[in-house]
Formats: sequence, structure tokens, C-alpha cells
Amino acid sequence: MACESWRDKLDAYADGELPDVEARKLAQHLPQCGSCAADALQRVQLKRAVSIAGRAYQPTADFRRQVEQSLGKSSVQGKPWAWKLVIAPAALVLIISLSLLFLMNRENAKRSRAFGEIADLHVATLASATPVDVVSTDRHTVKPWFEGKIPFSFNLPELQGTNFSLVGGRLAYLAQSPGAQLIYRLRQHQLSVFIFQERETGDTNRDPQPVTALSFTFETWSKNGLRYYVVGDVPASDIQSLSQLFRNSS
Amino acid sequence: MPATTFAELALPLFDQLYNFAHWLTRDPVEAEDLVQETYTKALRGFSGFEAGTNFRAWMFRILRNSFLTSRTGLKAFASGEEDLEALASDRPTPEQTLILEADRDTVRQALAQLPVAAREILLLCDVEEMSYEEIAQVLAVPIGTVMSRLHRARKALRGHVLKRSEGVAHGV
Repeated sequence: MACESWRDKLDAYADGELPDVEARKLAQHLPQCGSCAADALQRVQLKRAVSIAGRAYQPTADFRRQVEQSLGKSSVQGKPWAWKLVIAPAALVLIISLSLLFLMNRENAKRSRAFGEIADLHVATLASATPVDVVSTDRHTVKPWFEGKIPFSFNLPELQGTNFSLVGGRLAYLAQSPGAQLIYRLRQHQLSVFIFQERETGDTNRDPQPVTALSFTFETWSKNGLRYYVVGDVPASDIQSLSQLFRNSS
Repeated sequence: MPATTFAELALPLFDQLYNFAHWLTRDPVEAEDLVQETYTKALRGFSGFEAGTNFRAWMFRILRNSFLTSRTGLKAFASGEEDLEALASDRPTPEQTLILEADRDTVRQALAQLPVAAREILLLCDVEEMSYEEIAQVLAVPIGTVMSRLHRARKALRGHVLKRSEGVAHGV
């Protein structure tokens, strides 16, 4: 079909009103004809421009109420205060829902930020020329090294019978608070376990579940006033195993 | 049918009907009167509404007919139709880019300047996203007429937008 004939059908095409057979033929024609394609594009864009510009006017709340009342939708005629009984609990539920949503978002944002910082610490350690301050595969050497350097104490798990091996430890800081960073090896991967004093992170009662972000897998939990983070570029099941070892020992 | 059923069907259309009424009347107070009149008439005639037919088209048709018979509507429809062709633009490519760049206010002003017959069909098609068949029901015309009116309305709108865009481009 010649372009002239297609031109007459471009509006119907843009409106989705062209019969299927013709629409398919036109769809085949457009990629081969620059001028018809440009014309079709322009019509679609004009249509979209009208769609946006045309949504211009909003009725007032008063007018909406007036129409609703005229349709008997509202019970105002019978009991002028009755709508408040419906609205008040509904508003309360709405406020509570919105607050929860806000808090959840805030908590999620806080959690994401914490994971981001933990990932940074982990990556910085791996990139460091001296990744560990105390090099030892013996937990009885590593644990005492932290004494006097951090304001708390913790237990390290027994790794016998597992695929994890301890590489060493170093001091880490999260939000100006000193903590312990333990580095473990699993196959060719290195994992970090961070232990800090619990602050108001909002994570206290969260079920420890591995979370994947920034291509790292994280798990975090709180126990006895300490906040633990396990991070590494390994599957969630490995993070979970190491976390479980720590939970059993602490 | 009970009034609640009508309200359940009709109230969700409230915002759309008001927007359409405002575009037709070009006045917020008249738009409110028109919408209120539409709901009153529709409620009264609801028993005659055939279940299964297009309720939205029916409501828009009532609104449009109410406008058509109002003083503003009579005046609006009496004038303006003839200058549709004069405004139409067939000019090709270079200016087309102006349409792509036209902002919402330019298109809004161009829509406002169109004769009401062009404006209403563009709103029904592009804003309300009605099918040609629905538009035919609202305007009570054959589908062929819908297509030709739509075509002329779009040409006219293009003409207005280009004129405004060129005016802006030349600092007019």
C-alpha cells in the first residue's frame, strides 16, 4: 500500500482502532518508511500531549460532598454526626498505617545504610595491604587481642568440622564506635563478621534472615547488647551457617 | 434500581465528568452546575438505563446534551465550527519538532482555543480514552463522523500548537 493510503490510517492506528490485519501490515511498513514513521510518532506524541494537558480541572471537596449528598450517598440528612463515627476510626487506621509505613521505610533506609557501610568496611579490608591486625587461625589468640581495645567482650565459635577457617581480626569503626571485625575464609571467599555494641538501629527484634544487597549477602542480629553483622560474596546458606555458629557460641 | 446502585456506578466518574464539564463551559461555576444537572438527570433516568450498555458513555452523553441545550453551549456550538479547517495544519516535518517540544501549558491553551466541537472529541478520545464506538454514543453520530471530526480536530490543534510555539520561538 502506498504511503498516502497509510497516512489516512495513522490516527486510527495511534488510537488503537485500526483492524488487526491492517495494524499488522502498517507495523511492518513503519520501520521501512522514515516519513510514515515520523508522522506516526508525531501523532502519538500529540495524543499523549492532549492526554496530559487535558487533565486540567479538579472538582472541589465541597462540590463533591454536595453531589454525594444529593445522591443519598451520605447519611448526613439522618444523623449529621454519623459520618464522623465512620470517618474517625478510618482516619485513625489511616494515620496508624501511614505512620507504620513511614517507620518501616525509615527502618529499611536505616538498614540499607548500615548494610552499605558494612559492605564498605568489608571491601576496604579485602583491598587493604594489611587486612588483619591480628593474624591467627586460633580463636584463643584472636579474642584476647581485642581486650582493652573495644569496650565489650565476645565469644568466637569453634570451627572444627566446618568449612570455615579464621584468618584474623582487626578493629573496625561504625558510626564512630569501635568494634571487632573477624575475617573468615570459605573456599576462595573471605567473609567478615562485625560485632558492635547495640545502638538504636531499629533491628533489635528482627528475625535474622540473610539479605542480599550490593551483590553481598548480609545477616544481622542482636544478642546480649551486641549487634552482629555477617557479610560476604557467598550464597545466603553459607552466611547463615557462619551466623548460626556465632549465635550458638555467644 | 436503588439509588445506591446508581451512586456506586456514577460517583467514580465524578472527577472525569467535572474535568470534561470545565473544558466545555470554561468556567468552574458553570461546570459545577452542569455536573450537578447531569447527576440529577441521570438519577431520574436511571430506571430507563439498559443494564449491560455503556454507563460511562451514557453519563457523558447526558452531560454533553445538557451543555448543548444550555445558553453557553448553544452559543459555543453556534460559533467556531467553520474555522476548524482554517486552523488546520498540514505543514510537514521541521515544525513537527515544535509539537514535540510544546509544553503542557501550550497544549492546554491551544485546546482552550479550539472550537468546542473539536475540543470535546479530543478530550473524549485522548483524555477519557474512549473507543470510537463510545464517542459515537456520546455524540450520537456515526463512527465515520467521529473519525472525520477527530481528524479535523487534530489538524486544528496542531495548527494552534504550532502557532503558539512559533510565537514563543520568535518572542511574540
